[in-house]
Order: sequence, then structure tokens, then C-alpha cells
Amino acid sequence: MFTKETIQDIVTSKPVVLFAKGTRFQPMCGFSARAIEILDRTGVEFEVVNIFEDESIRPSLVAYSNWPTTPQLFINGELIGGSDIMLEMFEKGDLQKKLA
Amino acid sequence: MLLSTSQLKVILEREIPDAVVQVRDLTGTSDHFAVDVTSPIFDGKSIIDQHKIVHAACGEHLGGAIHALQIKTRTP
Repeated sequence: MFTKETIQDIVTSKPVVLFAKGTRFQPMCGFSARAIEILDRTGVEFEVVNIFEDESIRPSLVAYSNWPTTPQLFINGELIGGSDIMLEMFEKGDLQKKLA
Repeated sequence: MLLSTSQLKVILEREIPDAVVQVRDLTGTSDHFAVDVTSPIFDGKSIIDQHKIVHAACGEHLGGAIHALQIKTRTP
């Protein structure tokens, strides 16, 4: 059973965590696939949490981050955003700076 | 209750200090909007925090009349 505390543990235990619909190699939504592709292009190591693995993940995540949609990227415990924000930051090189 | 682009513009300009807002209806169905919001309140904030300000300004419309919201934020 996931709670806000579980989500906090996950995002603070790993430097880069992406909550997505589906898995790293089988994303089940275009936005999640785009987020994974962007992270692949940065070459950084990252963890993907598939929100479909347990139905309590999504409500806990939304409550924790106060952000309604997925995917959601966390870097060093900080919510960065979804694929649109990731793309905007990637194109400006800001995402790479945050990951450095 | 459907929202028009002008109504959403009024809501955002009322809720966000000194905001200048452009709204586009992405699909012509009055529920997929793109908003371009300029306000000094965004200065020094992360993009996600800027977007959260826009979400908050939409209030209960978000998820109701507004099904999808594409956001672009700027500082003057």
C-alpha cells in the first residue's frame, strides 16, 4: 500500500525517479514515453516507477506532489514536472544542468 | 458549463497578479486550452511552481470544464 510517506522515501532514496504509465521499456502513454526518451538522451541513470503496478501509487503521488498528471520527474527529491516541462528544460540545457 | 477562451482569460487575469494572458482553444471543443501567461509573480520560481500558480488560478474549472491545459509562462 503506497502513501505520501512511501512516495517521499522513493524520491529521496534515488537521485532521479520518474513516475510513469508503464515501464521503462514498455511505456503505455505517449507523454511517459517522451519523458523516458528525454532521460535516455541525457544518459543519466534513472528509476521508473510504473503507477499501474499498484492502484494506490497515483493518489499518493498526486497528494505528495500536488500535481495532477503523470509522468512526474523528481531530481534529488524535487518535483521537476511532466514531459512538457522536461522537454522545455532539455532544449535549454537546464535539465542536463540539474542532472549534473 | 462550458468555458470560452475570453472567460478563461478573465479568470486568469483576475487570479494572477499583473498577468497578461492569451488563451487558445486547441480543439474547438472548449475544453482543451493553451494559455500563455506573463506575470512578475513567476520571477525566480521553478517552471513547475509557475505552472502550479496557473493551475490554482483555474480553481475548480481544472478537471471540470478544462480537460487539458497547455501552459507557457513568462516574466515581463
